[in-house]
Amino acid sequence: MTTVDGRHTIDREAERLAYKPPEIRHDKQGDMGPKERIDAAMYNFVKNFNTQTASYLDGCLHCGMCADACHFHVRTDDPRYTPIWKIELFKRTYKRQVGPFAFFYRLLGLKRKVTLQDLEEWQHLIYDSCTVCGRCSLVCPMGIDIAGLVSMARHGMFKAGLVPHELHEVARTSAETGSPLGISPEKFDERVEWMADEHDVDIPMDVDQADVLAVMSSIEINKYPQSIAATAKILNAAGESWTFRTDGFEATNFGLLSGNPEWQKASTMKIIDAAIKIGAKTVVLPECGHAYMALRWQGANMYGKPLPFKVLHISEYMADALNSGKIKVKKVDKSVTYHDPCQVSRRGGATQAARDVIRHLGVDFREMEYGGDYNWCCGGGGGVVTIKRADPLRHRAFKLKMDQVEKTEADELLSSCANCRQSFDDSQQHFNWDYTMGSLMEMVAENLEGGKS
Amino acid sequence: MDLLEFAKGPALQVAAYILVAGSIWRFVGIMLLKEKPDYSEPRKSAGILAALKVIYTRSFSAAPFKRATMYPKMMAYVMHIGLFAVVFLFVPHIMFFEGFLGFEWPGLPNSVIFFLAVAAVVSGIALLVRRLTNPVLRLISNFDDYFSWLVTILPFVTGLMIPVRMGVRYETLLAIHILSVALLMIWLPFGKLGHTFLVFITRGTTGMVFERKGAKT
Repeated sequence: MTTVDGRHTIDREAERLAYKPPEIRHDKQGDMGPKERIDAAMYNFVKNFNTQTASYLDGCLHCGMCADACHFHVRTDDPRYTPIWKIELFKRTYKRQVGPFAFFYRLLGLKRKVTLQDLEEWQHLIYDSCTVCGRCSLVCPMGIDIAGLVSMARHGMFKAGLVPHELHEVARTSAETGSPLGISPEKFDERVEWMADEHDVDIPMDVDQADVLAVMSSIEINKYPQSIAATAKILNAAGESWTFRTDGFEATNFGLLSGNPEWQKASTMKIIDAAIKIGAKTVVLPECGHAYMALRWQGANMYGKPLPFKVLHISEYMADALNSGKIKVKKVDKSVTYHDPCQVSRRGGATQAARDVIRHLGVDFREMEYGGDYNWCCGGGGGVVTIKRADPLRHRAFKLKMDQVEKTEADELLSSCANCRQSFDDSQQHFNWDYTMGSLMEMVAENLEGGKS
Repeated sequence: MDLLEFAKGPALQVAAYILVAGSIWRFVGIMLLKEKPDYSEPRKSAGILAALKVIYTRSFSAAPFKRATMYPKMMAYVMHIGLFAVVFLFVPHIMFFEGFLGFEWPGLPNSVIFFLAVAAVVSGIALLVRRLTNPVLRLISNFDDYFSWLVTILPFVTGLMIPVRMGVRYETLLAIHILSVALLMIWLPFGKLGHTFLVFITRGTTGMVFERKGAKT
């Protein structure tokens, strides 16, 4: 007779017979003692409380509707993945320390003090199981921006040294080398030269004065280098005075994703400094979702004053250039569906730009059911794709995306985010899926009409 | 002083003071926290209209969420409509308000009020059952959720008991009803019932912040 191992419980929601994996590891950086970690977390939670966050944290009705908007909850039915529960410690800290009735909460012991064990447990909820996609923020009847609160809660977790190791390592590499993948300015320069040769395109580098500064993400430089050539083809065709800069080429921001505002600022300032140095009027961001959030919406706040240039996502740049006739594209005889990067569309406000570009391409566009602003996330945003231990959960959530894409029966699947693309590629391999994620920018570059290349 | 005099007099008066002072304290406590300026270039101008827009639109679920949120939303609507109608459109209540406001307004027939009150209690019970059985709600619920439910439902129940009597004196039943209302008023500013006014702040803030980005609200 066999004895069932009581430490592991059966996973009744799994698609085939499966036992739940053992308790997830709790990563720690640094050698702080428990009290120091708790204090660091509390201090940095509290630092984020302002009128907006306070009203959000005070306003939750515990209606649980956000659970139905979260891909991780919908696919697992695990109540811990209820978005508002992910920030329970943040909420509890607010009510105990800062809220209008903090005194009573402490006096009557209504809110338990946050312990190190709590923080360790919540690491999985604040990082592995939230892509900060913000779908939950749209269902909340109180209008609470839960995703924004998760980003803030990460600040406390980071300072307490409680970040998943992989994400911390990538963020640290980025802070030390300027690129999350350790791509040096020389390596970037080499890649650009290689792409210029390979695609027979002029790519200006380190020009002293230019109207447009273009930046790339390390994912593109490393994994999808053709993006470099595509960017160049489009900007050349538009007749822009533009350049890449080796002193400000990296658009990704792992300080933002991991929750370290100092690293976030350092990454952002590299682009801002480079743009100011060359007198750029516009910074064109690559196909990267969080890069858009980092510079377009948070860049000026890191800088401490308004930016002296415009910030455009490449999809916005292309839409403007196509709408104004600066560039023209040939008609593409295909059916296409489009995956909206959460930080560009839902949370960034540039949903229409990609659709304008698609209209100019003349394809048979098949919008996903509840596409656009209500799109399901790829599952890999917010740094989740870097966290290896989160892979099974991410893959499980990706099934929603697969269903959404397959229903369109489109020939091609496009997006405008290298991070989504990476996450799609990984899940495609995992599921042996038919669809390969393509790039909207590359489709435009391949179909440019006339112009200088 | 008998129970009714106590309920109508000092109890209600103290409850009203706590309601007003507690609400102001909570409101000011939130508003006094620092707010960092946003230097990003707005995509759209977003003032009070953006706030009002979201205050209105979040009253309804967006299409993708309709099915999942239909049941609790409907129950919550029945409860809120019942609450509003019973408090402000029940003739004896209007007369009570007239006592210190000096003016009156038309009310609804007693039978309609009775129906709405019963519907509110039934939906309140349905929401409680959901809270006790749904795994998500069981996990995220705390003392406030259950206590707030209790103090909201009590005035309905005690009010509905007045015409039923069951051998108890009218004055006693009325006193109990008024005391249950006082309890609701005392608790309102402190717990989740504060959403009575917080809803305008949270929805309004999101409206302004997101509309500024041109993002989905």
